[in-house]
Amino acid sequence: MIKHLLSMDQLSAEDITTILDTADSLRQVTDRPIKKLPTLRGRTVCNLFYEASTRTRISFELAAKRLSADVINFSADSKSSVAKGEGFKDTAWTLEAMGVDAIIVRHGSSGAPHQLSRWVKASVINAGDGAHEHPTQALLDLFSIREHFKELDGLKVAIVGDVLHSRVARSNVKGLATMGAEVVVVGPPTLIPREAATWGARIEYDLDAVLEDLDVCYLLRVQQERQAEQLFPSLREYAALWGLDRRRLNRMKPDALVMHPGPMNRGVEISAEVSESPRSIILDQVANGLAVRMSLLYLMLGGRSKEDVTLEELAV
Amino acid sequence: MSAFLLTGGRVIDPATGRDETADVLIRDGVITGIGKRLDTKGAETIDVAGAVVSPGFVDLHTHVREPGREDEETIASASAAAAAGGFTAICAMPNTDPVADSAAVVEKVWALGREAGLVEVMVAGALSKNLEGKKMADIGEMVRSFARVRLFTDDGHGVQDALFVRRTMEYLVAFDAIYAEHCEDAALAEGGQMHEGERSAALGLRGIPAEAEELMAVRDLALAKLTGCRLHLLHISTAGTVELVRRAKAEGVTVTAEATPHHFSLTDDALGDYDPNAKVNPPLRTEEDRAAIVAGLADGTIDAIATDHAPHADHEKDQELLYAPPGMIGLETALGLGITNLVEPGHLGLPVLIDRMATAPARILGLAGQGSLVEGGPANVTVFDPAAKWIVDPTTMHSKSRNTPVLGTELHGKVVHVFFRGTHTVTDGRVASEALV
Repeated sequence: MIKHLLSMDQLSAEDITTILDTADSLRQVTDRPIKKLPTLRGRTVCNLFYEASTRTRISFELAAKRLSADVINFSADSKSSVAKGEGFKDTAWTLEAMGVDAIIVRHGSSGAPHQLSRWVKASVINAGDGAHEHPTQALLDLFSIREHFKELDGLKVAIVGDVLHSRVARSNVKGLATMGAEVVVVGPPTLIPREAATWGARIEYDLDAVLEDLDVCYLLRVQQERQAEQLFPSLREYAALWGLDRRRLNRMKPDALVMHPGPMNRGVEISAEVSESPRSIILDQVANGLAVRMSLLYLMLGGRSKEDVTLEELAV
Repeated sequence: MSAFLLTGGRVIDPATGRDETADVLIRDGVITGIGKRLDTKGAETIDVAGAVVSPGFVDLHTHVREPGREDEETIASASAAAAAGGFTAICAMPNTDPVADSAAVVEKVWALGREAGLVEVMVAGALSKNLEGKKMADIGEMVRSFARVRLFTDDGHGVQDALFVRRTMEYLVAFDAIYAEHCEDAALAEGGQMHEGERSAALGLRGIPAEAEELMAVRDLALAKLTGCRLHLLHISTAGTVELVRRAKAEGVTVTAEATPHHFSLTDDALGDYDPNAKVNPPLRTEEDRAAIVAGLADGTIDAIATDHAPHADHEKDQELLYAPPGMIGLETALGLGITNLVEPGHLGLPVLIDRMATAPARILGLAGQGSLVEGGPANVTVFDPAAKWIVDPTTMHSKSRNTPVLGTELHGKVVHVFFRGTHTVTDGRVASEALV
């Protein structure tokens, strides 16, 4: 398995399948009365979060704890940290000196996990960097889609919204393309980089033109500040042109799925009604995040010594 | 004083068109003979067979960081780095702290340059007070100061207000001084970390489009035509800007342009691993832009190679890419990059490279006694071995900073000797130790 997970570029279709299959096996643990495995006993995992996050940090923390790792949480607003003079590299060296085995990092600066991986011996897992990537989100999304359709190959997936600023979009386009899905990115031209075509995605500005073919409609969060930056005239207009409401949902295939990485802006990119419809698997995504992150930690940090529990033993 | 005889080298002087194997005699700070059978009495003979004897290089664009950031570079350390790189003159940019926008500051920088004594330190003055692009700096007083400022720029910032540009250009005409622009539209470039294109989109980094440079170049070329002011475009980086300069020159606009070694050597691929040392402003562009810069240097559209030597402390460059300041050092690698990336692939010959590094920049700055090898002229001479291979090694550099993406790479072409006004400042590639502080 890879030493660091920085980008979906690093993962082949085979790697992704291994991660998702392992997540499937590990999910059984969650159904047990004692939800814990000894696999990472004695290992230390640090959550290094320079941006506010609830679901991703908690998900990683719980995943590490279910595998019996010790978990340290370090949260810092990157700007206040810079102001205090405690640099990113100093923090990296501090964690290194304390002998952590893995660092799960979220940072507002694209590439921060790449830089970190050059400074430490620990494994680095990218939990979201700037507008670059969020690979574990993509993996849990692939897991959630696969759960419904069994196969990812040949599925038609639209990623709708602020692709330009979205790390979720970049990781998902790559992951879906690797697994053979057809991806179209949809949104106002100010939020769709022309270069998305080189990532293996088709570009479309009209959501209504693609709805009927879709197996999955994946909506991205629209940040309020994009309106202030004049990337579109108003949230109202955005909702009218690119928001998924009941009317648009009804035009989609009956078994098509609605997904969102959260947190949602109800009434903007997704109507409240659609978010709670049976076609929405938004809560499954959250639940699956735990299994996928356990799988990654298991594959990246565990399985190295004889005392480790193997997947076969787990199945017993 | 001392006398040196350089024997058997290939003497190249673009100013006079000389390119021949000859001896060069330096006596009491002056070139007293070029040729054979010179009066060598009392001269120390240095065998330079196989090497090139060139006018000392002239850098139009050096950030010396003093006053203000002496931890990153001083005028003395920049002078040592310049000498090691084969330069005998540098032009210090005004974005210091305090800004070089008054006679007092430019005279201080000039005096510290004289004190260091390794290269001629010319001083560029700011166009506007505190580089704010609003109030004109003390232009006439800087021209008339001991520093004799000839080139004015708000480098680091493009001047955004077209009316300010027009008035300043008109005013500079009185002194035959140069308006030098860092072409960058601030609104289009806002928040940009690298060139805008396929690379920036994939890396999730905000880009600076080529048009941010080109739009300002268009404006400045139009205003230079209107006012008759001499315009110099700093560190041009895009194929579009090269073409704009080419057309403006054909129309007779009084414009000159420079390009940096990093823009003719590297592309935005260098950012692929989020290396903050590859973050620079203007950003490294595409292969197409790089090729256009090379072509512009070869055909003379771009007059000069300038380093934009921009030292930064390790602890500032070792931050997240978003917070790392832009810039890279360049004095000690300029010749090597020129030979490796321009001469060896056959884009231009050594005489043209020397013209772009010495003769043309000396002419732009109006520096008598630099950029040429003539009998009776001051002995500003660089001897380099164009075939010598070396690895860029952070432990042997003279700059106080180490921020360059070419650390560890092999370059061809190495400076062996430098004479500054006849003083042997670099011997066998080492800067005279008594000169090092």
